[in-house]
Amino acid sequence: MTQTILTVDDSRTMRDMLKMALAEAGFNVLQAVDGVDGLEVLRASTPDVIVTDINMPKMDGFGLIEAVRKDNRYRKVPILVLTTESDAAKKKRAKEAGATGWIVKPFEPTKLIAAIRRVAA
Amino acid sequence: MDSMAAIRQTFFQECEEQLSEMELGLLAMDEGNADSETVNAVFRAVHSIKGGAGAFKLSELVQFAHTFETALDHVRGGKLTPTPDVMKIMLRAADVLADLVEASRDGREINEASYEGIAADVKALTMVDGVEEVEEPIDFQPTVIDFGLPELSVEAAPVANAPHQYRINFTPRSELYDNANEAVLVLRELNRLGTMQATCDASAVPSLDEVDPNGAYLSWSVRLSSEEEIAAVREVFEFVEGEAELAIEADGQAEVSDADIAALLAQALGSTSAEAPNPTPELPVEADKDASALKEEMSPAESPSSEPATVHALSADAAKPEARIAPVPTQTTIRVEFDRVDRLINLVGELVINQAMLSQRVIEANFAGSSSVVIGLEELEQLTREIQESVMAIRAQPVKPMFQRMSRTVREVADATGKEVRLKTEGEATEVDKTVVERLAEPLTHMIRNAVDHGIEAPEVRLAAGKPAEGTVRLTAAHRSGRIVIEISDDGAGVNRQKVLASAIKKGLIPPDAQLSDSDIDNLLFLPGFSTAATISNISGRGVGMDVVKRSIQALGGRISISSRPGLGSTFSMSLPLTLAVLDGMAVSVAGQTLVVPLTAIVETLKPKKTDIHGLGAEGRVMSIRETFVPLIDLGAELGFRDTPAQPENSVAILVETGGGTRNALLVDSIQDQRQVVIKSLEANYGTVAGIAAATILGDGRVALILDVDALVTSSFEESLSGELHYGTGG
Repeated sequence: MTQTILTVDDSRTMRDMLKMALAEAGFNVLQAVDGVDGLEVLRASTPDVIVTDINMPKMDGFGLIEAVRKDNRYRKVPILVLTTESDAAKKKRAKEAGATGWIVKPFEPTKLIAAIRRVAA
Repeated sequence: MDSMAAIRQTFFQECEEQLSEMELGLLAMDEGNADSETVNAVFRAVHSIKGGAGAFKLSELVQFAHTFETALDHVRGGKLTPTPDVMKIMLRAADVLADLVEASRDGREINEASYEGIAADVKALTMVDGVEEVEEPIDFQPTVIDFGLPELSVEAAPVANAPHQYRINFTPRSELYDNANEAVLVLRELNRLGTMQATCDASAVPSLDEVDPNGAYLSWSVRLSSEEEIAAVREVFEFVEGEAELAIEADGQAEVSDADIAALLAQALGSTSAEAPNPTPELPVEADKDASALKEEMSPAESPSSEPATVHALSADAAKPEARIAPVPTQTTIRVEFDRVDRLINLVGELVINQAMLSQRVIEANFAGSSSVVIGLEELEQLTREIQESVMAIRAQPVKPMFQRMSRTVREVADATGKEVRLKTEGEATEVDKTVVERLAEPLTHMIRNAVDHGIEAPEVRLAAGKPAEGTVRLTAAHRSGRIVIEISDDGAGVNRQKVLASAIKKGLIPPDAQLSDSDIDNLLFLPGFSTAATISNISGRGVGMDVVKRSIQALGGRISISSRPGLGSTFSMSLPLTLAVLDGMAVSVAGQTLVVPLTAIVETLKPKKTDIHGLGAEGRVMSIRETFVPLIDLGAELGFRDTPAQPENSVAILVETGGGTRNALLVDSIQDQRQVVIKSLEANYGTVAGIAAATILGDGRVALILDVDALVTSSFEESLSGELHYGTGG
């Protein structure tokens, strides 16, 4: 069955790149522009994996993760965060918030797909 | 790759938006009225540019954005106070970032030396006592347990391609499941590396009534035979590190018992940590400390986003359309290539012409006014106009990006001239046709330069005159009766009329004895050949005078005027059409031809009496209108439609005003009507004709020429009349 990935990023460039890489790998892609928008999208659909940026207006990635983990419906949805550097501090912070894993930007499509495969049932 | 090129394009478009967002935020910070969300927004903009630039391997851009971002992060974290001096550097850095983006977009090399100084200044902002502060001190903490195993792991397996034998003990803790990781998926991933045998230890599972559904009770011991190095094995556990007890042992030879593993583990821990080893260690104390230190480290940066209430207050007009919270999470904008819009506009133009032709046919066919054909046609007319307006709205763009670029111009010129100037903008949301915006940028830049260079006085002069040291240049836009009006005003010294007058006389532009009103003198600035650039400085000039500005504005169908008060400043006011695709005009007949006079140029129409017309010189004629004499231009003769002069008493005079304010009367045979015409470029389809701006197609399929009133007046004026009269009749 086609898996659905929700990508949350305020940068159109990044959204497009994610969409291209994911669509090519056969995933169904949903998009949101920030944490608030991401939660809106989640109301209408349950993705298999959420990929989210950290720095976003209105609600950042940490906020989104926390909100998702608090909600019983999505508690078990794997969340991968996009971080710019392979930055241990950000990863830890994301982990504490409840992130499942991370993807380092700029990402290679193969790495992105591998990371998703590692968390998606 | 095509889609990659498209994304690249998106990236640079987005960069533009982010740069303007950044600029807006920085200016707010500079004015001291920025809240934490503004700083965050600026940080995010730079961060996003860096992120995208990384994806396209634009290393210079990444590097500079990183330096800039670090400084912004310090401001965000309260480690750096945005004092005026700091903001000066930040604004310069913003300019460099914009340059780098532009250079990357155009694939140009940028000389690193040109911005090295600013990069160093920005870097210096983040130095504490001359030492560059480590951005993320946490970065350098050792990661503990699993990888400190004895060297035998790597050295015992030197034979190439020989499968490594791994033994892995993996005991997930509940956090692993809480974060939506799944032990089974980890094992599945491990299985991809080679052949695997996994044994599940369920001995820790309590009796059913004691089971916590969120608890973790299972552990696995895995034997893996793989050609991959140990790093690949570790990578499988990358996401669950710290959420599970994990021991990986690489061993090419003998089987190792569980006890051995425990011993080995203990040994490993002993070598990396002074603490007493525990066979199944919890996260070492150091790591916990790190986490709390980290929390403290992060909290100042975090606090801004915990006050979302401040966002809306500030970004009300800065909000991008996509930032709006819509009940359905779809994009509220779509991106369309400009060519497609242009094509649509052309088609609508054709539609308008076609509809006009149809109307003509219906009139010719003599249908009754109440017939369904006529009624249907009226409805079509209505619809056509609505379609036309909607299509024009697609091309409309706010002037905001252009206005924002001006603040950079102000900064640069102010720095170069040692002046203190602040740009204030109003009406940024005012929309106008994209082409108008684009073609307006250059004249506007020039006028802004002028305002700072010539208008605003040096700080000490201002102080002496009782004004604040910092001058203000105000840039406003507004819609007014179907046109856009853009004003540039400064609170400087105003036009130095003596100097302008003297200069114009010296250059022979006006006779020495000319009697000019104040406003006439101010308008001398627009005369070709009157460029104060050479005499005062070369900043505003660049060899371009206000006459060129005026011509550019006129080419857009606009007018420009100046008003100035000594000691209080000057205001340049431009009025422009909202679109270049249609024009409101008056259709007139001259020698059997239909011509269109732009409505904006027309002041009034008159039926001249024979006594109103007076000869002047050999061929010239003037017309007296309410006590003033106005040059009379016989359109038929002027455009070469006929050789004999028209009889004024059988003609209609159209009083027109040029952009410079001079008035002339155009003599035509009759007025047909007033209509909206679709502009068709004459240059593109035929060639340039003096005195003609463009053409249009009439309902009967014939081509009608649209007059360029200013050019017509100028050429007629040069042919026959003297300069003195020109000024004597100036409005």
